[in-house]
Amino acid sequence: MPEPGRALPQPTPETQHFWDGTKAGELRLQRCDDCRHVYFPPRPFCPKCGTRKVSVFAASGKAILDSYVIHHRKVPGFEPPYAIAVVKLDEGPRMMTNIVECPQTPEALQLDMPLEVVFAQQNDAITLPFFRPTRG
Amino acid sequence: MPHNTVAVVGAAETTKLGVIPDMSQIQLHADAALNAMADCGLKPKDIDGVATAGETPVQIAHYLGITPTWVDGTAVGGCSFMIHVRHAAAAIEAGLAKTILVTHGESGRSRVGNPPRSVPPSSLNGQFEQPFGPMGPPSLFPIPVLRYMKTYGVTHEQIAMVSVVQREWAAKNPRATFRDPITVEDVLNSRMIAYPFRLLQCCLVTDGGGALILTSAERAKDFPTKPVYILGTGESVETPMVSQMESFTSSRAFSVAGPTAFREAGIKHSDVDHLMIYDAFAHLPLFGLEDLGFVPRGEAGRFIAERNTAPGSKLPLNTNGGGLSYMHSGMYGMYALQESVRQMRGTAPAQIPAAKVSVCHGVGGMFAASGTIIFSNQKP
Repeated sequence: MPEPGRALPQPTPETQHFWDGTKAGELRLQRCDDCRHVYFPPRPFCPKCGTRKVSVFAASGKAILDSYVIHHRKVPGFEPPYAIAVVKLDEGPRMMTNIVECPQTPEALQLDMPLEVVFAQQNDAITLPFFRPTRG
Repeated sequence: MPHNTVAVVGAAETTKLGVIPDMSQIQLHADAALNAMADCGLKPKDIDGVATAGETPVQIAHYLGITPTWVDGTAVGGCSFMIHVRHAAAAIEAGLAKTILVTHGESGRSRVGNPPRSVPPSSLNGQFEQPFGPMGPPSLFPIPVLRYMKTYGVTHEQIAMVSVVQREWAAKNPRATFRDPITVEDVLNSRMIAYPFRLLQCCLVTDGGGALILTSAERAKDFPTKPVYILGTGESVETPMVSQMESFTSSRAFSVAGPTAFREAGIKHSDVDHLMIYDAFAHLPLFGLEDLGFVPRGEAGRFIAERNTAPGSKLPLNTNGGGLSYMHSGMYGMYALQESVRQMRGTAPAQIPAAKVSVCHGVGGMFAASGTIIFSNQKP
């Protein structure tokens, strides 16, 4: 039997657009049509003002490294040590992710370093958003 | 809620703490509950309110043979018991119950008779955190630490002093799991768990339980124990996902629960003789000291490193040794409450002389929830 892989998300009706987006190479966020608040994780109403008038849009994919840990214990689908990171998107929201194409060390992982999204297909249904140091 | 109208009259932990493979989780609740009832001379028939987390109030009431007129199953993690005390005080005030039992029991280490831990893949945590490799609190709770350190210039050595000072308190406590002194070097050389945190900056994993019995201050006079009055209480929640905290240098839930309790108690920080801040990990006392207003923003690391919370200091903090050295079954809040009650009764192993006010501050989940209780041994 193959080793179990990383835990994968099971989309719900309210989050399906996000996972359709990553599959299509887009990082989709939501914006309130009334108060313009940009938010994450997905839900079909604005968590700031409560209106149901919200729109999905494609984010820039630009972010900075906000904080992280470097995990040293074995987890299915991961080779320790690996960073579990939180990035702050240019549009405002934070999200958890992994940092790729970068050594998983405190020296290489500098807070506030600029990052860009990359999409990593896991199976037919799920593509995960990772982030890598911005190039150039 | 009016001050001083409700009191803790019964308080006890399980007979044993640490590794208890011969007791299931529900029996740990019961062992603590029976000890608390014995502490104040009550029987199950005398209890008319039940609050608990980890098990349901139905399971606890049935198991102990209690017929309640009031129950509370608030389960928001390790500070659930602070919140139970708050709700119980309000219920007694409102006349919904007269004698309320709050129980905790957790087979955190032996894992006898408790449900397996899992994150549903369709939950928000399951979709937006779990795929990126967390494995329980040690991988998630420290996520804000590097941002906190960078924002305020806090050093690894300063944070290591949290563990060092708490071990000094634990050394005074015969029931503490770890009692041997440790140094900053010991902390910084211990096994890396999730950078920046190492083994000695993470809580223990043990088995145990605790229970409290509350009644009106008026009735408390008839009990054999020294009443410990509830001066003020607070509670709040923020987010189930640590990645979605509003700030990585402050907990919104702490900032609501703590000040709410202080306002209700009508006390100043200088009135506080004894402080418990739930320390599942070494950064929690730092966040707690700042969010509760004991020190200015960014100064908690230096404050602890300069021994302002150590034995002999003016602000004795986590005097049982805390979750880092005393015990931590998973939902540690009950043990912090027990230590506050012991300090107010004058029966703590590391007793603070003439202590009159104790603040007990809890966290639930990974900064998901918070509850604060302010106790006093002064008569209303």
